[in-house]
Amino acid sequence: MAWTRDEMAALAAAELRDGDYVNLGIGMPTLVANNLPAGVNVVLQSENGILGMGPFPYEGDEDPDLINAGKQTVTLLPGASIFDSATSFAMIRGGKMAAAVLGAMQVSGAGDLANWQIPGKLVKGMGGAMDLVAGTDRVIVMTEHVAKDGSHKIVEECTLPLTGKGVVQRIITDLCIFDVVDGGLVLRRLAPGHTVDEIETKTGTGFRVELDSVQESTQEEVQA
Amino acid sequence: MSKVRDDVAQVLKAHLFDGMTLAVGGFGLSGNPTDLIEIVRDSGVRGLTVVSNNMGIDGVGLGMLLENNQVTKVLASYVGENKMFMEQYISGALEVEFVPQGTLAERLRAGGAGIPAFYTATGVGTIIAEGKPVEVFDGREYILERAIIADVALVHAHTADVSGNLVFRRTARNFNPNVATAGRVTFAEAEHIVELGGIDPDAVHLPGVYVHHVSQYSGREKPIEQRTVRAREGA
Repeated sequence: MAWTRDEMAALAAAELRDGDYVNLGIGMPTLVANNLPAGVNVVLQSENGILGMGPFPYEGDEDPDLINAGKQTVTLLPGASIFDSATSFAMIRGGKMAAAVLGAMQVSGAGDLANWQIPGKLVKGMGGAMDLVAGTDRVIVMTEHVAKDGSHKIVEECTLPLTGKGVVQRIITDLCIFDVVDGGLVLRRLAPGHTVDEIETKTGTGFRVELDSVQESTQEEVQA
Repeated sequence: MSKVRDDVAQVLKAHLFDGMTLAVGGFGLSGNPTDLIEIVRDSGVRGLTVVSNNMGIDGVGLGMLLENNQVTKVLASYVGENKMFMEQYISGALEVEFVPQGTLAERLRAGGAGIPAFYTATGVGTIIAEGKPVEVFDGREYILERAIIADVALVHAHTADVSGNLVFRRTARNFNPNVATAGRVTFAEAEHIVELGGIDPDAVHLPGVYVHHVSQYSGREKPIEQRTVRAREGA
């Protein structure tokens, strides 16, 4: 059974430590905030200028002056701070984020990431993604293992324009977890019921198998 | 000397010329200097190079200038929300330089701070690095990025005093302070204008030295691009 989006988010959240400053990308990575282990509180950064971002506002409390990097209305938690864009990216580039979690169009076995445009078709821009992957030591990608049309998203070489070269440390998909080690993939975990053979078929590049000796359940309680 | 302009339309129009570079504050639709953008639209100035993180949405914010075919070049990091932009870009009518968001902010900051260029690791190994000088520091590659100085900068503030000291509100701050410093001439529209001493010196976000003209915001409702809410407990 493939992992759900929340289970994938819990797998990403499991490595975060209490007090970490973390930037979560738009879409699936946002779910990481709702799936933190018990006793772990992280400070969420939003690159448009927030540390200490809170949940969506109650209906009627929306504030056009308070949005996240996905342009969604949000709130501030006690202890939050606000700053300008140059300051925001100074802390990102300066390596102050413990982790960045992003989506992907393609990831290569060497940890190259492509997630900002499909030439001639979809041109949105990189936003803050290039700065985040260049400045953050721990970059975690969350993505469906294969594209909707069945094509590989984890590839030998990215064919789409890169967001960063050799920047990804971990890939969490609905089927497995890969780490990028010395420029190659290492399979660490399989979703329940999935096999190495299946992952080989659905992955466009080779990998080593060094499975962690953990339970297959993602629902285990982490005691603080 | 007061920097408050009751006739801001006339003053701004006097600074506009075809082919000029305009830096504009805002992130998404938050903190956009909408009144000032409208004056630029009404002026009919053309061939603009616009430096802004986003380009508004269709017909709103900087989208007004796109709709009016006044823009020939854009420096931005993200334009996903604007169909007209996409059409003009894909058809080749609009030249676009995609700039990583942090690099854009720093290029503006550097422009205002008298730093002509700086090295960054952002974009190394990507198409952003093409044609840019590369230098290795402590074993890591960095690319050289140039500062941006704009002919005119437009920003939106929450409070201004009459000498141009500015206070921004929440994430409407975003690029506004950085854009303001990068303008040869900087216009700030403010929701509230107060007398000298009306802002505590410790609370000033942007000193008035960067601001040349202040105008009263019209008070039009500020738009929300993505209204996201949660249910009230027990509701």
